[in-house]
This record gives sequence, C-alpha cells and structure tokens, in this order.
Amino acid sequence: MLETPALQRNAPLPPPLDTRYQVETPEGIDLPLRPAGLVPRALAFAIDLGIRGLVLGLLFFILAFFGELGIGLGSILLFMVSWWYMVLFEVLRQGCSPGKQLMGLRVVQDDGRPIGWSASLIRNLLRFVDMLPFGYAFGAISCLQHPAFKRLGDLAAGTLVVYREQPVKRPALPSAPPLRTPFALSLNEQRAVLGFAERQAELSQARVDELAAILAAPLNVQPPRSVAQLNGIARGLLGPT
Amino acid sequence: MKQSLFENRHQGEWEQLSRQLDQLERSRNVPQSSGFPQAYRRLCQHLALAQARGYSSLLVDTLQQLALRGHQQLYRDSSRPSAGLSAFILAGFPRQVREQWRFVLASALMFLGSLLGIGLLVYFFPELVYSLLDADEISQLRGMYDPAAGHLGRSIERAASEDWAMFGYYIMHNIGIAFQTFASGMMFGLGSAFFLFFNGLTIGAVAGHLTQIGFGSTFWSFVIGHGAFELTAIVLAGAAGLHLGWALIAPGRLTRGEALRLAARTSVSMIAGVMLFLLIAAFIEAYWSSSIVSPATKYTVGASLWLLVLSYLTFAGRGRHAPE
Repeated sequence: MLETPALQRNAPLPPPLDTRYQVETPEGIDLPLRPAGLVPRALAFAIDLGIRGLVLGLLFFILAFFGELGIGLGSILLFMVSWWYMVLFEVLRQGCSPGKQLMGLRVVQDDGRPIGWSASLIRNLLRFVDMLPFGYAFGAISCLQHPAFKRLGDLAAGTLVVYREQPVKRPALPSAPPLRTPFALSLNEQRAVLGFAERQAELSQARVDELAAILAAPLNVQPPRSVAQLNGIARGLLGPT
Repeated sequence: MKQSLFENRHQGEWEQLSRQLDQLERSRNVPQSSGFPQAYRRLCQHLALAQARGYSSLLVDTLQQLALRGHQQLYRDSSRPSAGLSAFILAGFPRQVREQWRFVLASALMFLGSLLGIGLLVYFFPELVYSLLDADEISQLRGMYDPAAGHLGRSIERAASEDWAMFGYYIMHNIGIAFQTFASGMMFGLGSAFFLFFNGLTIGAVAGHLTQIGFGSTFWSFVIGHGAFELTAIVLAGAAGLHLGWALIAPGRLTRGEALRLAARTSVSMIAGVMLFLLIAAFIEAYWSSSIVSPATKYTVGASLWLLVLSYLTFAGRGRHAPE
C-alpha cells in the first residue's frame, strides 16, 4: 500500500545514487554537475597530446629551413606548447581544450564558474606532479580515490572536470484522455508518473506493460489497462496543452 | 498551477534568455546586456518552483541546464591579466615576496648554501668535481669558458640569429626548471628542496671548478649579469613550492585541501613574477652576457643589476600610496 503523508510533500529528494556533484548558487538553487572519471579524461589528454605532437612536428619541419632563428623560435614554441597549450585553451575557450571538446568535457571551478587564469595555471603546472613517478601514476591514484575524480592539480586549484550538458529533447506525451488521480501523489510519485509517460517512446512495449503492471493494484485497474490509466494521469498532471 | 500552463506562460522568457546566453558564450568581451541578471534570477525562481511543484524531470533538467549556463556567465571571471600587471610589478610582487620571507629565506639557504658550500669544496679539493659532473661535461665546460679560445668558444662575430636561438633555449630551459621546482613542492616540499639542492650543487661545482683552474674571469663576467635575475627567480620558485608543501605539512586550522588551495592561489602569483624575472634573465643572458665587452664593464653592470633586483624586492611597494 502506498502511503502519501502530506508532511512529506516538500521533503528533500534522497541523494541520487550517482556521482553528481551539487553546487549551491547564491540564488539558493542546486545545480548538478557531472564529474568525469579517469577514462574519458585520459582519452581527452591523449587526443590533446596527439594534436600537440602533430602541430610541433609540422612546425619543426617548417622551422628547420630557418636555421638558428628556427631553433630559437622552435624552443619558444616547444615551451609554449608544453606549458601553455592547456592554459590558453581552458581560459579562452570556456574550459575546453580540443581533446576535452571532442570527449564532451570541460573544466570548471568547484562552484561551477568558468575557470580563470590563476586556477588554470595552477592545475596545469601541477600536472608535473601528477605525472610522477611515471605515466600519470599519482594523478590516476588521486583521480580514482576522489569522489569527484580530482587529480592533484585539481585539488590544489579547486577545479573539476565535468561533462558538458547535452541539450535535453522533450518528447510529446502519449495522447490519452486526462484523468484525475484516485489519491494524492507525493512529489516523487508525481515525477515518476510524468517520467514514465515522457520516456515511454524509449522503452519496448513489453517493458512498458511490465512497469505499468506494478501499479495496477493501487490504481484499481486490470493490468492491461494500467498503461492507459498512467498516461491519463500524466496528462491530467500536465494540464491542458 | 499545471505544468503546461506554467510552461506556456514562461517559454518566451526562457528562449530569450537562451539567446542572450548564446551571445555571451560566444565572446568574452560583450558588455553584460541590461536584462540578463534579472532574467537569470527569474529563471532561478522558475526552477525552484518547478522543483517544488513536482513538474516533470525533463522540464526540471532543461531549466537546470539553462540555470547552469546563466550561472557560468553571470559569475564568470572577467578580469584580464593585463589589467593588474603594472600594479603587480610595481607593488604586488615585491610585497608578496616580503610577506613570504620565511619560505624565501629557507629556499635561499637551501639553494645558495649548497651552491657556496660545494663551490668552496670543489675549489679546495679539485678532484671532487669528478664525482659531481661527467668528464664529458667538464671538458665541454672547459672548452666554453677557456679564455684562450676566444669568446666563449664561439666566433667573435656571433650572428644575431645565434643570440636569438640561445634566447629561445634559455626561456624554455630556465622557466621549465622554475615550473618543476614549484610544482614538485606539492610533495610536502621535498621536490622543491631536491631541485634547489640539485641545481645549487651543479652550479656550485661548475663555478668552483672553473675558478680553480683559472677560467674565473670568463665565467664570472658571463654569469654575473643574468645571475641577478636567474638565481633570484630559482630561489623564489623554490619558495613558492615550499609554501605549497608547508600548507600540506602544517595546515593550521584549515583542512589540508583548503590550506593547499589557499597556498596555491597565493604562490601562483609568485610564479608569475618568477616568469617575468626569467624572461628578463634570458634576454640579458642571450644579448648582454655573451657580448664582447671588457670584464670590468660586465662586473659593474652585473653588480648594479644585483643591487637593482635586491632593492626592488626589499623596497618596492612599501609606500602607503603605492599602486594597489
């Protein structure tokens, strides 16, 4: 039997069972960020490394024709590319180096703001420590044991690598005559019913029936009718369009 | 209020805000369009309402994404590093060096102590140099600084392009070392201490050896000018690294993570000053130190550069009305 005590209506939702990281803004709302784990970050770094290698190889090839001047320019370029590539991209391109862009990641500060010069400089200078003693070992260990997957540079700079948000597609609800709920729904239940209606198109028919059948008894209908019943309730909750 | 009514009523506002955000995200320097903060705060209110009324997750998610984008644009760091540069050079950097005098002192003792100590040891016990440096390196050094071999072992008519090549090399090499010295301080300061000792030992051994075999005049007149900036910069980079390490060893009343974040934020501006010093050093090293001037002139200029650097770090930015 489902209980719907009125007191629980505005109770906070239980913490989600995932790695989401909540940022509370000065406006008093919680914004969820989704930190990225070791593998996508390593891939993004590998892509960046490849791009840097290609660019340097190409430039050295061209600079080789300029003799001494080329060596000087080449050294400066090597310095710029090895220490400043990440910093410049992260600060000037909203936290995305090309590798992160391809992997759908970005760097933000702990409070969700875009990264600035000093934070980016810190996290990229301390990359040197993350690479010790070989092959990013310290960085990988730190990343794997931290709840928000921070490497040492991120810890010191107070930054976070998160997934960039993809735009949400809003499917139309399946059409059904709007119904009133037979009993008052709690917020979570209300959202669950709406979610069921919205995501129906993504599920197989058998799964839809199976899910709806769970609620057949409380809704007081025969299991085959429960899908239509739930869609009707969802329509009723949504209101006239 | 039913969800669809709510959506119909505010859809227009959200779309307008989204267009504003597109514009703000595309360029860094757009002046904040007048309605943006108000529109963003209204969106935050809508989001809170949507959550409290149990509207569908997809609507809440959409609003949350919009709010996140708005948050990032409203609170983005719009300061440009060039804006505070002159104040930083005139007052901020020397003030910070004085504020961190404990770390600067510790770092200077490690670096200069090992440099002087090993320099004197090598000077008085010449065979020691072979346990510190390769025989190859030593013969290369002797060739470079041999007074009989002309100008630093190169032709007198050194082409401008060669100066330029060395300039690039010095920038890459020296700033790289400074960055490593700083960053490795995160290992409880041990890394910075290692780099300070190691560089001190190498430089000390070279100096002691060359002086002992009588190449002193070419060596000292070469290094005195840019040494003022270069050695100071290494000491300051080490100090910034030790600061990081100390924040981990003795965080005081903060958590270690918080102490580390605060230390990193202050020491990174020290590193900005170090970079500036090393750029100047690379310039002097490539264009002045290797030029053909009598050693006496080089000593005079070098001494005044040392005086300049030390008095800059000691006295600049002390005035009450110094630029903030």
